[in-house]
Amino acid sequence: MVKIGVLALQGAVREHVKSLEEAPDCEVTLVKCAEQLEELDGLVFPGGESTTMRRLIDKYDFREPLRSFAEAGKPIFGTCAGLILMAKNIAGEAEGHLQLMDMMVERNAFGRQRESFETTLSVKGVADDLEAVFIRAPLIQSVGDQVEILAEYEGEIVAAREGHLLACSFHPELTTDSRFHHYFAQMVKEAKTTAAL
Amino acid sequence: MADRGTNRVKRGMAEMQKGGVIMDVVNAEQAKVAEEAGAVAVMALERVPSDIRAAGGVARMADPTIVEEVMNAVSIPVMAKARIGHIVEARVLEALGADYIDESEVLTPADDVYHMDKNAFTVPFVCGCRDLGEALRRIGEGASMLRTKGEPGTGNIVEAVRHIRMVQAQLKKVTNMSKDELMTEAKNLGAPYELLLDIQENGKLPVVNFAAGGVATPSDAALMMELGADGVFVGSGIFKSDNPQKFARSIVEATAHYQDYDLIAKLSKGLGTAMKGIEMSTLDPSQRMQDRSE
Repeated sequence: MVKIGVLALQGAVREHVKSLEEAPDCEVTLVKCAEQLEELDGLVFPGGESTTMRRLIDKYDFREPLRSFAEAGKPIFGTCAGLILMAKNIAGEAEGHLQLMDMMVERNAFGRQRESFETTLSVKGVADDLEAVFIRAPLIQSVGDQVEILAEYEGEIVAAREGHLLACSFHPELTTDSRFHHYFAQMVKEAKTTAAL
Repeated sequence: MADRGTNRVKRGMAEMQKGGVIMDVVNAEQAKVAEEAGAVAVMALERVPSDIRAAGGVARMADPTIVEEVMNAVSIPVMAKARIGHIVEARVLEALGADYIDESEVLTPADDVYHMDKNAFTVPFVCGCRDLGEALRRIGEGASMLRTKGEPGTGNIVEAVRHIRMVQAQLKKVTNMSKDELMTEAKNLGAPYELLLDIQENGKLPVVNFAAGGVATPSDAALMMELGADGVFVGSGIFKSDNPQKFARSIVEATAHYQDYDLIAKLSKGLGTAMKGIEMSTLDPSQRMQDRSE
């Protein structure tokens, strides 16, 4: 059994909880304050508004505990705004938010809401036919040497993994297909087993 | 292949706003204050509801210059209001690139019988409701997000409380009904039968429902979350208060942590005066915006 938290400051929290609960041997909790991180094996940053989440992270001294969580080798999965929070660099901005993953991201890269779309993607190690919902989505402009590209859409990077860190620009939590969440739950289980050795 | 304007894309956008605060703004400067405070979106308007009330006359869609100015000022989503039934105002806002359209009773209705067929648009819509029947009629027409109507521009939460309590109570009732009661309930509510089936299966509305119409303090925002709202719209409450920056930040935090009462106590200290507000019994029935559509 692993315990996975969903950062519940703002955004599509309920949907992640539902998708994670479909993975075997997963207990899911909502994370509202930093003290809760200690008991977790993995963490999800949901979709929402990254500027809002960043403000609430700063206000409640969440930033350093979240960085320590990642440094301890515990897996984190960020979707859309969650991906923006994880990126080392954001195009057009002085610096990234939590700066966990070695990648440069561009916010609202596909345009405004009317350009938002859904499609089917091949995601390495997850599925060849994953339904992907992109909402005012960011994209990954470039990645560092240690980052593996998991999915591209029309030549742009939309999902990537760096060791125990996983991120995508779309919303797997908005579909009934929970294979991406199963993949993450497996990462959490493997990390926990490795840490116990 | 990419599909735009699907239900998942339109409703999903509203799902991302959950737990957040959407603020009315009338220019770029206010929009920046809202974004800085942590708003999840802004509503670009020519006047906030309390000023619309004071000005009287016909209230229409904002000048496109204002919508564009706000879109250029912030990176968060920008919503804008069209008059009820005014298909062309909505198409203009869609063409401008507004991220969400509020088919709103705050503006003077253009059609006193019909709402728009919102399924025909790529851009998603939010609509007001006072009860479950009204909520489901709007969803049936294609609304991807709901909000309580409350009584806009009054700074008085009583109507929004009435509306969210009504919707929540009716949801519970429908969820607990047996299937053979649903068709008659659909008739009584004036709601599409299929949507009642959906509610019974999922135990909730198929789209998010925010609170709106009268939120003036951090406690008001937290109260609406406590009663089951997914998030909060604040119209006049922020920029008609003494200290908009402080009010905006405090309302954002109280919404995110609506059950942390020590925090809300701290947020409420020394905030300055909230907007003045209007007692409902002093409001002439002809001035009630919530009764402009059903």
